[in-house]
Amino acid sequence: MTVQTDIAAPPSKMTVSDTHVAIEIRKMNKWYGSFHVLRDIDLKVMQGERIVIAGPSGSGKSTLIRCINRLEEHQEGDIIVDGIELTNDLRRIDEVRREVGMVFQHFNLFPHLTVLQNLTLAPIWVRGMPKAEAEATAMQYLERVKIPEQANKFPGQLSGGQQQRVAIARSLCMNPKIMLFDEPTSALDPEMIKEVLDVMVHLAEEGMTMICVTHEMGFARQVANRVIFMDQGQIIEQDEPEKFFSNPQHERTKLFLSQILH
Amino acid sequence: MTDLSFVRGEIVGQRPAPRRSTGAVAWMKNNLFSSVGNTIMTVASVLFVLWLIPPLYNFLIGDAVFTDPEGLRGQACRIEGVGACWVFIRARFGFFMYGFYPDSEIWRVNLMFAIGIVLIIPLLVPKMPFVRTAAVLFFVVYPVVAYFLMAGGIFGLRQVPTGQWGGLTLTLIISLIGIILSMPIGILLALGRQSRLPIIKACCVGFIELWRAVPLITVLFMAAVMFPLFMPRGVSPDTLLRAIIGIVLFESAYMAEVVRGGLQAMPRGQYEASAALGLNKVKTMGLIILPQALKHVIPGIVNTFIALFKDTSLVSIIGIFELLNTVRAAGSDVNWSSPTHAVTGYIFAAFVFWIFCFGMSRYSIYMEGRLHTGHKR
Repeated sequence: MTVQTDIAAPPSKMTVSDTHVAIEIRKMNKWYGSFHVLRDIDLKVMQGERIVIAGPSGSGKSTLIRCINRLEEHQEGDIIVDGIELTNDLRRIDEVRREVGMVFQHFNLFPHLTVLQNLTLAPIWVRGMPKAEAEATAMQYLERVKIPEQANKFPGQLSGGQQQRVAIARSLCMNPKIMLFDEPTSALDPEMIKEVLDVMVHLAEEGMTMICVTHEMGFARQVANRVIFMDQGQIIEQDEPEKFFSNPQHERTKLFLSQILH
Repeated sequence: MTDLSFVRGEIVGQRPAPRRSTGAVAWMKNNLFSSVGNTIMTVASVLFVLWLIPPLYNFLIGDAVFTDPEGLRGQACRIEGVGACWVFIRARFGFFMYGFYPDSEIWRVNLMFAIGIVLIIPLLVPKMPFVRTAAVLFFVVYPVVAYFLMAGGIFGLRQVPTGQWGGLTLTLIISLIGIILSMPIGILLALGRQSRLPIIKACCVGFIELWRAVPLITVLFMAAVMFPLFMPRGVSPDTLLRAIIGIVLFESAYMAEVVRGGLQAMPRGQYEASAALGLNKVKTMGLIILPQALKHVIPGIVNTFIALFKDTSLVSIIGIFELLNTVRAAGSDVNWSSPTHAVTGYIFAAFVFWIFCFGMSRYSIYMEGRLHTGHKR
């Protein structure tokens, strides 16, 4: 499970703000029908934090981060993202979504558009950016994820790792303040995981506020400043990665770690 | 004990596939005579074709009447044992094309078609210049121009009532209007059927189920006979207009279900990715969902278009002279009584219908190929 990524020392830019709250979740509850999927979630994310959420499947990790950009609706409690409280107000939801990027397990690129069109679509249609400017920005981000030569191909012609890097670049083109990653490497072949994690590490180095649902514990150790463990819809334990891995407190956490770290 | 250890020394390069079959003989051997069953099938098929071709040839070409020394009055077709009466088609060709449209005004119909063809080419051929201009002209300006060219009444053009329109002209007019209008209405109905708002959803479901459940003939009869009874005295919308509205509403119900099939095939991830990027629902539909959903159901859409094109012949039962009705009317003309001219007329009509439907079919296959963008994820 551990993947080595090629950075030497923790860069200076990876600093957590003391004053700027990026996301605040208070006493949040969510049900799917009668199933209580998220229970009393309290979470405060400061600007610049890199949080990894781990936990068994069905523990509500994905649902939690999908609530942050309102792909899922919560029934109780408050979610405040970048100072905007998420309610049923569609304008606020759109505002939040403009500031929060999301990367999915299955990439969810738009297969009928070229890579470049995938990247420029939202800047043009949501931000009203002129096409030429959007394309220039898109090419910059494609270079950052190291696939500028694929700009005019269709997603179906790329490998899984390349597709996921395009998906990351697509989110970055909206210049988000927060990035959510929903198991970004789970659908990838082992040989392609590293190329995606490298991009994510670089993003962290640049000071992006990130929340990652992932099973890549190597990535968590290297990049995260906080690891959250969830089970049965609640936060069981959270700590700095060093302490989390070496000295887990809760029995459930110990069991989980013993299962995944061989 | 075998040795389990193996280490490859060098990587084998790519080789071309073996050529098992080259030339016509090998092709026949592989495809026509590869087994006893196939050989029997091949022989039987060849015999069937040989049995079919001579009488067909004799009827359509060998014994057929192409010229009439009497001057296109059908004398030559009255001989016993004669084949197809092509003279009949030549003599009544104008009627099949234009119906009862006055001879002196036929240039207007031709002009209308000429403008239509010029405008539609940039829309059908990929990467043509002025696509947007052509689209605006074709969908907004052209219908008005075409209507006044056909109906007249302004700029000193003689007025031609819709009752005199006919033939292939009318078939094309009805089906083009049907195709162009049923598509957007069908899309709106399909979207409405998926709406979360119960009233909109109920209206769309009700509309679709109502129109799909009645035969088109009933719709046309209602439009022609029943509808005027409900109108105030003296108010009577044009019969052709009523028929066209009936066809449009009928076909849009079918179109709605085809489009809904495409919408249901869309994975949820596409909606989510679009929403996560901040695109609102209208933009998500217009930019992400519909382009893909419609592409997936091109075969179904074209199926509906082809059915619509052929269904236009049903308007003949309410006395509108589209292509098939002109053929039927000309075939029962007493001056022409001959054993084969009516059959020849129907062969001609079938051929015209086939040309247009086959054209649509091929064009849709071409479009599918052009819009194909690699494997779906």
